Amino acid sequence: MTRYSLWSLLREGLTGHRGWPKAWRDPAPRPSYDVVIVGGGGHGLATAFYLARNHGIRNVAVLERGWIGQGNSGRNTTVIRSNYFFPESAAFYEFALRLYETSARELNFNTMVSQRGLITLSHSRHDLEGARRWVNAMHLNGIDSEMLTTADIARMVPDLDCSPGARHPIHGGFMQRRGGIARHDAVVWGYARAADALGVDIIQNCEVTGFVFDGPRAAGVQTSRGTIMAGRIGLAAAGHQSVLAGMAGFRLPLTTYALQAFVSEPLKPWLDKVVISPATGVYASQSDKGEIVLGGALDLYPSYAQRGNLPVAEHVMSGFLELFPSMARVRFLRQWAGMTDVVHDSSPIIGAAPVEGIWLNCGWGTGGFKAIPAGGWTFAHTIANQAPHPLVEGFGLDRFARGALIDEAAASGIAH
Amino acid sequence: MLLIACPHCGPRDEAEFVCGGQTHIARPGPPETTSDAQWARYLFERDNPKGLHLERWLHRHGCGQWFNVARDTLTHEVKAVYGLLDTRPDVT
Amino acid sequence: MTGAFRTTTGGRIDRARPLSFRFDGRAFTGCAGDTLASALLANGVHLAGRSFKYHRPRGILAAGAEEPNALVGIDRGPGRYAPNLRATQVEIHDGLVAESQNRTPSLRFDIAALADFAAPLIPAGFYYKTFMQPAGWWAKLYEPRIRAAAGLGRAPRGADPDRYTQRYAHCETLVVGAGPAGIAAARAAAARGDRVILCDEQAEPGGSLLAETRARIDGLCAQDWLAAALAELAAEPRVTILPRTTAFGYFAQNFVALAERVTDHLAVPDPNLPRERLWQVRAREVVLATGAIERPLVFPENDRPGIMLADSARTYLARYGVKPGCRALVLAAHDDAYGAALDLAAAGMEIALIVDPRPAADGELPRRAMAAGLPVRMSATVVGTRGRLRVHEAHVGTIGADGGVRGVDVVSCDTLLMSGGWTPSVHLHSQARGKLAFRADLQAFVPGATPQACRSVGACAGEFGLQAALGPATRVEDDPVREGGFAGALPHDRPRARAFVDFQNDVTAKDLTLALREGFRSIEHVKRYTTNGMATDQGKTSNINALAIVAAASGRAIPEVGLTSFRQPYTPVTFGAFAGTSRGELFDPVRTTPIHGWAVAQGAIFEDVGQWKRAHHFPRPGEDMHAAVRRECAAVRARAGIFDASTLGKIEVVGRDAAEFLERLYVNSWKKLEPGRCRYGILLNEAGFVIDDGVIGRLAPDRFHVTTTTGGAARVLSMMEDYVQTEWPDLQIWLTSTTEQWAVIAVQGPKAREILAPLTEGIDLSRDAFAHMAVREGRVAGVPARLFRVSFTGELGFEVNVPAGQGRAVWEAIWEQARRHDAVAYGTETMHVLRAEKGYIIVGQETDGTVVPDDLGLGWAIGKGKRDFVGKRSLSRPDIAAPGRKQLVGLLSADPGHVLDEGAQIVAMRDPPPGTPALGHVTSSYWSATLGRSIALALVADGRARHGQTLFAPMPGGAVPVAVTGPVFHDPEGRSLDG
Repeated sequence: MTRYSLWSLLREGLTGHRGWPKAWRDPAPRPSYDVVIVGGGGHGLATAFYLARNHGIRNVAVLERGWIGQGNSGRNTTVIRSNYFFPESAAFYEFALRLYETSARELNFNTMVSQRGLITLSHSRHDLEGARRWVNAMHLNGIDSEMLTTADIARMVPDLDCSPGARHPIHGGFMQRRGGIARHDAVVWGYARAADALGVDIIQNCEVTGFVFDGPRAAGVQTSRGTIMAGRIGLAAAGHQSVLAGMAGFRLPLTTYALQAFVSEPLKPWLDKVVISPATGVYASQSDKGEIVLGGALDLYPSYAQRGNLPVAEHVMSGFLELFPSMARVRFLRQWAGMTDVVHDSSPIIGAAPVEGIWLNCGWGTGGFKAIPAGGWTFAHTIANQAPHPLVEGFGLDRFARGALIDEAAASGIAH
Repeated sequence: MLLIACPHCGPRDEAEFVCGGQTHIARPGPPETTSDAQWARYLFERDNPKGLHLERWLHRHGCGQWFNVARDTLTHEVKAVYGLLDTRPDVT
Repeated sequence: MTGAFRTTTGGRIDRARPLSFRFDGRAFTGCAGDTLASALLANGVHLAGRSFKYHRPRGILAAGAEEPNALVGIDRGPGRYAPNLRATQVEIHDGLVAESQNRTPSLRFDIAALADFAAPLIPAGFYYKTFMQPAGWWAKLYEPRIRAAAGLGRAPRGADPDRYTQRYAHCETLVVGAGPAGIAAARAAAARGDRVILCDEQAEPGGSLLAETRARIDGLCAQDWLAAALAELAAEPRVTILPRTTAFGYFAQNFVALAERVTDHLAVPDPNLPRERLWQVRAREVVLATGAIERPLVFPENDRPGIMLADSARTYLARYGVKPGCRALVLAAHDDAYGAALDLAAAGMEIALIVDPRPAADGELPRRAMAAGLPVRMSATVVGTRGRLRVHEAHVGTIGADGGVRGVDVVSCDTLLMSGGWTPSVHLHSQARGKLAFRADLQAFVPGATPQACRSVGACAGEFGLQAALGPATRVEDDPVREGGFAGALPHDRPRARAFVDFQNDVTAKDLTLALREGFRSIEHVKRYTTNGMATDQGKTSNINALAIVAAASGRAIPEVGLTSFRQPYTPVTFGAFAGTSRGELFDPVRTTPIHGWAVAQGAIFEDVGQWKRAHHFPRPGEDMHAAVRRECAAVRARAGIFDASTLGKIEVVGRDAAEFLERLYVNSWKKLEPGRCRYGILLNEAGFVIDDGVIGRLAPDRFHVTTTTGGAARVLSMMEDYVQTEWPDLQIWLTSTTEQWAVIAVQGPKAREILAPLTEGIDLSRDAFAHMAVREGRVAGVPARLFRVSFTGELGFEVNVPAGQGRAVWEAIWEQARRHDAVAYGTETMHVLRAEKGYIIVGQETDGTVVPDDLGLGWAIGKGKRDFVGKRSLSRPDIAAPGRKQLVGLLSADPGHVLDEGAQIVAMRDPPPGTPALGHVTSSYWSATLGRSIALALVADGRARHGQTLFAPMPGGAVPVAVTGPVFHDPEGRSLDG
């Protein structure tokens, strides 16, 4: 692997960039692997990387039915944060954020982590009380956060409508300074390149069509590129996880919904924070390229269509204008939708599947991107040790029957 | 934008409706004979198919009635609309 | 004179109506009917923008929506600055102010163009490979610099004062595109009697007919035929023609979204008109007649100002009376470029040379060009150009039989016109989930099968020529077949030169092959890595060339490489149009109670609770909130207060099985509740968690008056409907929301009975006749009323329900009586404090969706011996029944003057190490005037076993010690309830 650096870039610049090697190989699938990961998104690739690096398990394949990062990893709003309420979630997402902070140097790929600060607005007295509860919980969990007054917010986000006459006037809010955004494709490609360098086979255009059983144990997968046997199988297919589970003969507490995102035409620097407004149902940030990136709520019926409907778009954009009435003339350029795997309690599922030999990483709902490094790290640990990583002990499938839900959405009243 | 033929009001835009998720789910009971696992399946597990999905819809901003819809989750094509207590239609 | 390059005759502009406008501060004159681009070209201005990455000077490339270079900001005054508009789509009006973008300090001299010198070092994706060392520099140095350099236009400042509206429409036929094919389709549909909507993104309908110079249609010249056809359509009442209207999104079931620009082209817009309208059209059939986009050619240094699409140059001449320059070199890979050369030559432009990479061109137009004496060189191409701010020479080489290029002739020119043929606009077809098929003869994708009632006609279907567009019934003369088409990169002999594919994003052919070399094989990966096709034109001129380059470089056929997906919007749409009238109070309606006006008049301070405005407190002159709340609290406990509780949700449950229904839904027992009695009901979801509560009164054996929380009204009704329709269709009951029908006036305090007594008829208010938790019907202040004897304060209390229309009158009558007893009107804050003193919970404050009844000490409410109710089974799940759950307790801070933060976390030790799980958190916290100290409610693990313990609330200023108590601080025996 050629190390990426200013020097390699200069050297290649002098020779017409003819010497760059492939970021990852394009291998044909081998007949068997120690571990097969299904799903070439951020979670699957990060899992493969950490299996190789942390656990020395390098005989690993990542199977992707299309091109890596084509699912939610490349269709999100790139927000990273760890401002969670429950200690289980806080510890997990804080671990993810810390890994993000060092990811560029760790992976030798610039993931463009931009810790610009993430502000959650409070639009009523009740919201403000909720924010305080939140901040206090975060402090206790050792995570940076601070309450903001309306004046603080007006100073940081000058075009935000902070007037008391707004339909949902801003009463204050709270900020996680270390929250921000990262470049989603870079995260996918960075993990892919680093995993490939450690020997992981990344196999694209390889769709899983069934499972091979050895008695009750899943021992391999049938794919569009032949049968591939596996010592252990990790499923990290987000919105498609239920389809895979169905092939393996079990059901999951997941429903797949479309989640839309919208970007504007590029503007000169305008917003250097991530702003989340639960009352208007919208969040906004500005990308490195200058596009305003908007997100909102889920489309409210099950969908695998990777396209969104119009009412949600209208609601997100009107919510955005409630916050930023100066933006009415700015134009929406591009829209996309991811297929999110929504769980009842808005917390992920990492752990053993009901079928022996299969391990699950899913249930990220609308929050999978920010979790990628920790999702990969803990999933790799769970597969390698055949026992959950301590950070994800509470995120097993058994919690549903026990009633031990970690209900971030219920605790917050906002979508995650 | 879906066009859904409410059995009571006729074709209406999706904005008037609310989707209630998978239909034909029997509520288990009585509680004392329902296992934790059965109950958890009722609460949380859903078919979540990529393709034909039988689901409940409510005409919230209309007649206020629930009814069933057979819809493709990939193409969003509405294949059939039928009554809440009707048996599942013969669609694929 | 409206520009040195304006022809004296011809075109659709009005030379008699000169319009003045400014571009980058300089005054220009154009004509009515000009776009900003045509008016600039008429004045000899090609340089109109700077590219995104290298800040290269760029000219006007095209004449329509596909323009990637000439992006401008239009300033119409405060709040009315619109960035990133295409000059080719901006119609000029008198006084128009436009400015270029992405340049410092000026368009001609841009410091950021230094990036162009660094170009060899910063190819596609360079930022992924560097800026990682040393640690911290990315955040502090690199990223801020990159951000400052990125972006195109500047953000508007100040609220946009214009209005945006939305319309819904249904029609049998929606025709998108009013070119010849669209007009033909609209006429046919109109003849059938259809309701027709014909929309077109341009200022006037007509499409290519507006610039057609040769063909005669039914014996008329194209413009005359067009005028007649449009007049005929316009006379048809069932036809709606929408110019300046872009169909940008195609959704399921033939639902198409259109953006209509209503006033931007007007110098002085009618203030009654919206700036834009978003149309949402449901059509039985959609006819796509969206035409085709001319394809640029990819050759070295193909991006200089003065280099244009050939047919766009011809359009400027034919439609706007503008010659794009004096001397043109034409690079023609399609016959249409010969047509452009012929028209421009006829208008007096010198055609220096027509260069055609094809070995031969024997079509009608090439033949005519040669016959007209225009110089033509076949098997040749352009291998380089010169000219910083305007092209001034082109280097022409010969393509050998081996595909290599030899020999260079320098041709001077001030305009270089190119045509790689036409790319059908299949965007909407693809959005409609239509399939695409590749046609090698066109080097383009054309529409295939579609699952919706949608068809493509004319050029967007790959059917070129007027005859094909208009159909056999219309006679077309002089419409020769034009052939050709090239996608990909033309051969050249200059390894270091850059040939641009995506002009705006500065993606070169070399960037694309670099991406392939680095292993990005999927076209989606190539797109994302190089950003090709991700600019504001979304690849309209670049995608097919990029695809062909990737295909060639990776040895695959174009259809094998595949396409990137087409997504809405076709061209960018303002946020304003999407929001429409959904702004301010129409974004989220405000709900007010019948008594709202009275509270406003009294100077109440309001708070938002969901959509409701509720009086929070009623300050007297000089009082702050705390003083007002203390006074209100003390008055209620000592005498009485009245409170507007109208926002409570109310549902009338009626029918033979009403009691059975509630029995199955709520945790409580209802069957034995006697008519005239009330009970505090708790509602769970099936997961066992408390989601609502409220007093339910039984008015008759078959009639209940159910109250819900303010926020829960709609949710509870919807849940009730769900169960009654889906789970228990055997039950005979009817549900009616009565939230808006009843005004509710709570009269609370020892004097409550005395206040109501003079106003009440037909109800015996005495303690024995009307016990706590009873309901009676009678009259209050002369109005039919339902009177509940309930208390949310711990004091003797009544809730008067009267028809909403009389709510204010009854309130004022009660207020008259209340004043005699020195009672107060109180707001939600006092209500909160008084109920907290009694340990009464508020759903959503003491609960958060993870709380079961026993956690709240409300296990007693669960009906004994009830076999089932919603959520019952969940209560026996292992972790719900396990010890250690958080339970409701009272907290008293060691310093009685310290009011804890609501949301403060509770731990067992004074200085917990980070990561210590909290035992719980404060749910409510107030100053209690009654107790003369602070009080708080909290959910604490094993809380009921901790009474008497000291715990801590860690705060930024240090941990606050708190004593755990029961949750009832005031009158635990409930003596005050009876007054």
